[in-house]
Amino acid sequence: MPKKKSPPITEAWRGLTFTRRALVVGGAQAAVGVALAARMAYISVVDNDRYVLESESNRVNLTLVPPRRGWIVDRSGKALANNRVSLRIDIIPDRLHNKELVLGQLRTLLRLDGDTMERINRDLKAASGFQPVAIKEDMTEAEYSSILVRLPELPGIAPQRGFARNYPTGAAVGHLIGYVGAPNAEEYQKAKDPLYITPGYKIGKDGLEKYFQDMLKGQPGARRVEVTARGKVVRDLSTQADVQGKTVHLTIDADLQEFVARRMGRESGAAVVIDCQNGDILSFVSMPSFDPNSFSDGISSSEYAWLRADDHQPLINKATRGLYPPGSTLKPMAAIAAVEHGVDPSERHTCVGGYRLGSRFFRCLGTHGSLDMPSAIMKSCNSYFYWLAHRLGYDAMAPTARLLGLGEEFQLAGSNQRFGTIPDSAWKMKKYDQQWSASDSLNAVIGQGYVLANPLQLAVMAARIASGRRLYPRLINREFKNEPLPFSPEALAVARQGMDLVVNGAGTAVRSRLPLDGITMAGKTGTAQVRGLGTGNGKSGTWKFRDHGLFIGFAPVVNPRYATAVVIEHGMGGSRAAAPVAKDFMTFLFDREKAMEALETFETGWGGTIKERMDRDYAAWKAGASQPDPGLPQ
Amino acid sequence: MIPVPPAIQRIPWKLIAILAGITGFGLLVLYSAAGGNWSPWALNQGVRFLVFLTAALVIGRFPLRIFEDFAYIAYIGILILLIAVELLGFVGGGSQRWLNLGFMNLQPSELMKVAIVIALARFYAQLPPGNTRTLTALWPALVMIGLPAALVMLQPDLGTALAICIGGVVVMFVAGLPFWWFGSTAVAGLAALPVLFSFLHDYQQKRVLIFLDPESDPLGAGYHISQSKIAIGSGGIGGKGFLNGSQSHLDYLPEGHTDFIFATMAEEWGLIGGLALLFGFFLLLRWSTRVALKARTRFGQLTAAGLTMTIFFYIAINLMMVMGLAPVVGIPLPLFSYGGSSMLTIMTCVGIMLAIENDSKTGTRRFH
Repeated sequence: MPKKKSPPITEAWRGLTFTRRALVVGGAQAAVGVALAARMAYISVVDNDRYVLESESNRVNLTLVPPRRGWIVDRSGKALANNRVSLRIDIIPDRLHNKELVLGQLRTLLRLDGDTMERINRDLKAASGFQPVAIKEDMTEAEYSSILVRLPELPGIAPQRGFARNYPTGAAVGHLIGYVGAPNAEEYQKAKDPLYITPGYKIGKDGLEKYFQDMLKGQPGARRVEVTARGKVVRDLSTQADVQGKTVHLTIDADLQEFVARRMGRESGAAVVIDCQNGDILSFVSMPSFDPNSFSDGISSSEYAWLRADDHQPLINKATRGLYPPGSTLKPMAAIAAVEHGVDPSERHTCVGGYRLGSRFFRCLGTHGSLDMPSAIMKSCNSYFYWLAHRLGYDAMAPTARLLGLGEEFQLAGSNQRFGTIPDSAWKMKKYDQQWSASDSLNAVIGQGYVLANPLQLAVMAARIASGRRLYPRLINREFKNEPLPFSPEALAVARQGMDLVVNGAGTAVRSRLPLDGITMAGKTGTAQVRGLGTGNGKSGTWKFRDHGLFIGFAPVVNPRYATAVVIEHGMGGSRAAAPVAKDFMTFLFDREKAMEALETFETGWGGTIKERMDRDYAAWKAGASQPDPGLPQ
Repeated sequence: MIPVPPAIQRIPWKLIAILAGITGFGLLVLYSAAGGNWSPWALNQGVRFLVFLTAALVIGRFPLRIFEDFAYIAYIGILILLIAVELLGFVGGGSQRWLNLGFMNLQPSELMKVAIVIALARFYAQLPPGNTRTLTALWPALVMIGLPAALVMLQPDLGTALAICIGGVVVMFVAGLPFWWFGSTAVAGLAALPVLFSFLHDYQQKRVLIFLDPESDPLGAGYHISQSKIAIGSGGIGGKGFLNGSQSHLDYLPEGHTDFIFATMAEEWGLIGGLALLFGFFLLLRWSTRVALKARTRFGQLTAAGLTMTIFFYIAINLMMVMGLAPVVGIPLPLFSYGGSSMLTIMTCVGIMLAIENDSKTGTRRFH
């Protein structure tokens, strides 16, 4: 039967081969079985810890509860920034399956406008995975429950009951406090904190909110829930309460802050009030402003565009970022410098309507005749100060200006300052490689030319002249030495006397006397020509080319308590625009009722409170913006 | 002692105990996977088991001769069904694996796993011993394996195609074909792997790649393997306890009642449960291997060896898959996973082997 090679293949051989090979196959199977058992033992015993952890992280979803932010309060504990209950809904992008349908439903239910839909779509595109996207914050109970009942038909929608930042006085504290906002991708990358992608969590974006972020932020609470793979919550495991952020106490007087902001009316400008005893900043206002509540809720692009388009620049903090030629407000300072350099304040100079320097004639605004130093301040006579400056040179005055705080950048919480220029010969050589000239001194002494200062510096100058001490401005309770200024009492007395006369004598601000018995204010007006003057004489014409109005002052004249500086952009003169504002808020500090009466009369004329006016302007702008030719406001 | 009636004695109680043990354990796991509920899976599965077990016992009573006689006819019939499925799929567009018979969906590829073994066993049983080392012993077998495997690959169903090939090749191996043929084919096959890989469908290639590196796609296709390993690994030695598996109950484990049921079990019963189940399968395979060794006819020998391999292949591939040692190929765990098709196949195998066992008790060993 065998056909080929040996060994002969028989049935017996075949049976033997079968048995052998079947055992080989069986053995191989057994080996695989043992290997599988070993593998299983490896996974479940050796790697057990790792997989238990992964299983737990699957099962347990840790939801961070954003902490309540610390309050920012004024000197008497009144809230400038607090929190209110906020009902909100978010979308979890990963769980959103029928985007168009869900968004369409939300749009109808919540009556979302085009701006909001645009923002949601933009956020959804930028969002990754489980990072929630806010749909609407601050919903009414009715809206919130309308979503809650439809939750099963709206996959990916997450309702939340949380807290939102609230600024009771709105725009009045915009530039002072700043605002909060949801962290952006860059900030999250930097912080690597899961809290940053938790909906409803806000961080300080500007001003004090940003500066005191670490103090204000608090500690998040946590809610551990068991969830299914599809994200459905099965049960709560544990909840840990959040720890509210610390309270920041400011030196600000909230009532004064609001009053000053309202008193600025429709003007563009800044006003700072400083306590002459310790340098506390009581009011720090730049108007027009933005409503920080809008920013904190996520400002719409059209509202932002409205703020940007306004030529009154509501987004710029003019108190520290606005630089102005201080004009005649520098004259008391020049008087101090002159007395310190041996000029007798009773020495008289005759104003003939100007001052001749070589071939040029520097004009005065009037023809004041024979003047001593206090009356020169009172009348704001340029000729007298031209004469002083020509005689002493500005290099003698610049150090005094600096001692009074001009040209200085202050260490002030949360502020971003432009600190301007107090020029002297070395500065000019360095900057322009030119010799200092006598005419430079003449321009500088009346606060024009190279001289630039911000309203905060002017207020500090007023406070230092009033107190005779080197007061350092502060927003929080920091200790400064505030040592006496190295000036003779006589020099300071001359400056104060001149400023007293400005308001209470026959000076430039007599119309701004305080309407109070026994309390008087001293001050100095200033009018700054706008550079690049193209048209008109600065007293009329296009708003943009009108002169700035400035005022510095303190009250009471005897034992000064409050010092201030007010700048009204394009206000056409210090006595006309700035001094009356200072008069009213200085009155407020001593007699609130009387000041409020005056303010309410004004506001009726302006068309309501700040918020009412802003809402109306915005509505008008939106209506105008949709038309082909958007007219400039004002 | 009470004499046991012969009719009762003839019932294979030991085997029934093994099968019922494995399936009963599976029912507990299905009960837990449904959140502590007999429906929708456990009850169905239990009833199905009883029906198929009865069927297997009945099949076991058939004379072995019948299987041998109908081997080729069954093979050709099922091959035609495979072609029919392919044509239907072609007409209907897209892939199709089953024929709708009205009362059930018939998957011809499942039946082919059994048919290929019987057909090859018959072929080698009839082959004269002297031809064992000639090409006559080789090419008909290759054609018989190649045709259905290719048709199933077209469906495309890699797992079943492999099962058909393995069943066939093992029959060839135990039939005594020269050892070096298998050795050199294995070497050549390894060398040709990259080429074969390129023939796979995109999603199959992806499965293989993800198997090689599951973490590369933890939320996509690698999700199955990752979650399965988490379930098994977090079970530890003693498991999380009956009804306490978070991976399965919270839906992190996909297919927790079918392909990945082992992971569902291991999460709640731990390594102990896993080893117990492996021991159950060991007993089943030991029984079927013994049937092969004791078979009276050559047809019985070859068939039993091939069917043993078919059952083993299910178990091994499924367990390798859930433990991250093989790509996700969609092969259920015999008797354990919820589903009728695989249970039908397994119980058919068991029935045929019972017939072989009964046959070996009836007469003297003879080979032809």
